Amino acid sequence: MRLEPKPAPSLAVTLMFPLAAVAMTLVLTSMLVLAAGASPLSVFYLVAKGAAGSQFALLETLTRATPLIFTGLAIAVAFRAKLWNIGAEAQLYIGGVVTVVLGTGALPLPSAVLIPVIMIAVMAAGAALLLGPAVLKTRFGVDEVVTTLLLNFIVLLFVSMLLEGVLKDPMGLGWPQSQKVIADAQLPRIIQGKRLHYGFVIAIVSAVLVWLVMKKTVLGYEMRAVGHNPEGARFVGILVNRTLMKTALLSGGLAALAGFSEVSGLKGNLTLDLSPGYGYTGIVVAMLAMLNPLGVIASAIFVAGIFVGADAMSRAAKVPSYIADVMVATSLLTMVVAILLTRYRMRWR
Amino acid sequence: MCPQLVAAYSFMNGKEAFPQRHFPVTPVSSNPALRLSGISKRFGPLRANDAISFELKRGEVIALLGENGAGKTTLMNILFGHYVADEGTVEAFGKLLAPGDPRAALDAGIGMVHQHFTLADNMTVQENIALGTQSLWRMRLDRTAARRRIEQLSADFGLAVDPAATVSTLSVGERQRVEILKALYREARILILDEPTAVLTPAETDALFRTLKLLVAKGLSIIFISHKLHEVMAVSDRVLVLRSGQLVGERATASTDRKELAALMVGQEVKQAEVSPVKPGAPLLALERVSTTPYNGAGLDDVSLTLTAGEITGLAGVAGNGQAVLAALIAGTRRPTSGRISIAGQNVRDWSPRAALAHGVARIPEDRHAIGSIGDMSVTENVIAERYRSPRFSRMGFLNWKASRQFAEKLIADYEVKCPSPDARIRLLSGGNMQKLILGRALDPDPEIILASQPTRGLDVGAVAYVHRMLLEARTRGAAILLISEDLEEVLTLSDRIIVMSKGRLSTPSARGERSIRELGELMAGHSGEHGDHAA
Repeated sequence: MRLEPKPAPSLAVTLMFPLAAVAMTLVLTSMLVLAAGASPLSVFYLVAKGAAGSQFALLETLTRATPLIFTGLAIAVAFRAKLWNIGAEAQLYIGGVVTVVLGTGALPLPSAVLIPVIMIAVMAAGAALLLGPAVLKTRFGVDEVVTTLLLNFIVLLFVSMLLEGVLKDPMGLGWPQSQKVIADAQLPRIIQGKRLHYGFVIAIVSAVLVWLVMKKTVLGYEMRAVGHNPEGARFVGILVNRTLMKTALLSGGLAALAGFSEVSGLKGNLTLDLSPGYGYTGIVVAMLAMLNPLGVIASAIFVAGIFVGADAMSRAAKVPSYIADVMVATSLLTMVVAILLTRYRMRWR
Repeated sequence: MCPQLVAAYSFMNGKEAFPQRHFPVTPVSSNPALRLSGISKRFGPLRANDAISFELKRGEVIALLGENGAGKTTLMNILFGHYVADEGTVEAFGKLLAPGDPRAALDAGIGMVHQHFTLADNMTVQENIALGTQSLWRMRLDRTAARRRIEQLSADFGLAVDPAATVSTLSVGERQRVEILKALYREARILILDEPTAVLTPAETDALFRTLKLLVAKGLSIIFISHKLHEVMAVSDRVLVLRSGQLVGERATASTDRKELAALMVGQEVKQAEVSPVKPGAPLLALERVSTTPYNGAGLDDVSLTLTAGEITGLAGVAGNGQAVLAALIAGTRRPTSGRISIAGQNVRDWSPRAALAHGVARIPEDRHAIGSIGDMSVTENVIAERYRSPRFSRMGFLNWKASRQFAEKLIADYEVKCPSPDARIRLLSGGNMQKLILGRALDPDPEIILASQPTRGLDVGAVAYVHRMLLEARTRGAAILLISEDLEEVLTLSDRIIVMSKGRLSTPSARGERSIRELGELMAGHSGEHGDHAA
């Protein structure tokens, strides 16, 4: 078997590849389902039903997709410039910290001013967190995969320290949790009485804005050039290090918004289980979207749907909901192969 | 074009240059060494090879001549089993070759010397040659026997190289000899050489040609892929000309000439560059006592150089003597450790690619794939790369795609670039078309100073003539041009003034025709002992 390069396929064909990857994922994971003693078709039906079979299910899926859109965008932006940000989890938590610090009554502002102020501060904090690894990379050649990954643990321990200390809720019965954010700092619910909140709308708007930046602006052009060929970019006068810094700022800021949206829109306070790994799952989301910001919306909803649907399915079919992790991980692998096949043609002998 | 050079090469056809030796000649049988029948290969809409058939006789040298994108490399890749042909068959010594299997090609005695070498740099010559020839399951390598065979082959065919040397310490010419030895060690009876002289000095080229004669005398058959007409005339028995995937001509070398071959290759008469007398003007770029750290070879050592308007300064030299760093310095990607750069009399302090562009320096880089273009971005995105911040192509941080696309379309039309659309990834273009776009990008703003580093490396005759014409037009317009080239013929043809670079230093300049080829060759080799010492 060998690979031959081929011209870029049309948009319609390009869209087929993620779908084919998903189909392949279902085929592969059905073997596990069989091993668990259930029928793959009924299990996948139950997952789909649990993810989108009712208004409740659909809203729950969109709620779960919201932080994934933010982290997926953060990863998509960074990976486009070949800045390997594995630290979206840490940036998410820093976003949560800033939200509770500013949102629990420290700033006596009306909601329409307070929320934008918090968002700006959150983005600045996330940006600052990724700036360190970016400086180490550009100045000293330190691998950002290592630094951003390790920062996840450092930040989680830091948050743990805050929740046991200065941010601890005095009324929290000793639990490591912060106070609730005040009503003016909360994102309203889109439908009264349901969990879906305006964080989802902010996420969609962010995706469109990021798409505009990547497609239409000088910055997006520079980021893509640096990602594809840093030597070539430098030759034509693009300031490579400065572009990587800007990328880091944008990526860190987007990931931090995930933390803001979860605290301000859904949970109300900061706990150590704010994120069940949204920062890492964002990598899968971005790859499934082939790093396209608009694609991130679709892939985040898909991934969220699998998680939400698998929870419902495991109650009904007695198959552990861990199957969702396997499905998401498998879809990442099939997608990587699919991306390869958009660029190359496979030849069998 | 250049009588001295032709004379320098022509002696190789004379018998006295090659002492006859007695080799056991393979018995002649009716089967040709190689027979290709009706080979066709498509890539999407492109017919890379279209029903190509030919035979290679035993003990014959065929030259495969063609422009870039004519299908030479595709054909050889099919022959060697890297690609599978859509139609057609390959026979070696009367036996059908299994398609798509390099192993089968190796077993049939086909050896290939690629343009880009396939050697493991951290291993010795002997290890590289023996690599893959012994079973993985053998506990002990038979080193003595292997060494003896390599030495025997080296001696027989004039391929001097030390089997114990590490490949990373070898010169380009020596590495090529290792590649040839590798093929011979595997008992290749058909040798394919893909653009073998692109990386060699004239002296090394001579040595290679002598080796080829010895191989042929021993009954090997050779396919020599090239676009340099004088070399084709010097080594081959028969010339096959490919154009747009088709075999358009077959000539016995003795009964043809360069003019006819060039016409066959491009499909029309090639317009040679006309060089008018020089009218040098004001000095535009000056380096004063510049030194640098080493980069891709020697660093610059106290170099002073002035480029004046309306003049082409040609820089000749063997690769690795500091040309790379000089080019990078003028392009702005390197800064001097000492010395001054001044442009139009003004001392420049802050030197960078942006500064170079802002001062009107047009750059044609040596490596168009790694440096000159961003392969996975479109033609449009590539042609605006040096000027995307100008008001023409962007405003308030937003790119003007309409103007950018129009500019790409203009360059595609003006520079006769063959490409499917301005939105195509530039990686998919052939080398010549990519170079035309880089040339267009650099020359469109009518630059005052032009750095052309190996501007025609790997290009075909048509594209070479085009690049030369563009450079000469810029010279007429009054630009100061620095031409850095390892192709001595190119330097001799275009330059008003020739400087030789050796070990990071520059010779005194000489006017056109002032120094003979021999004198230039001595300057090139004289101060760089390890290179070219196998010269006759």
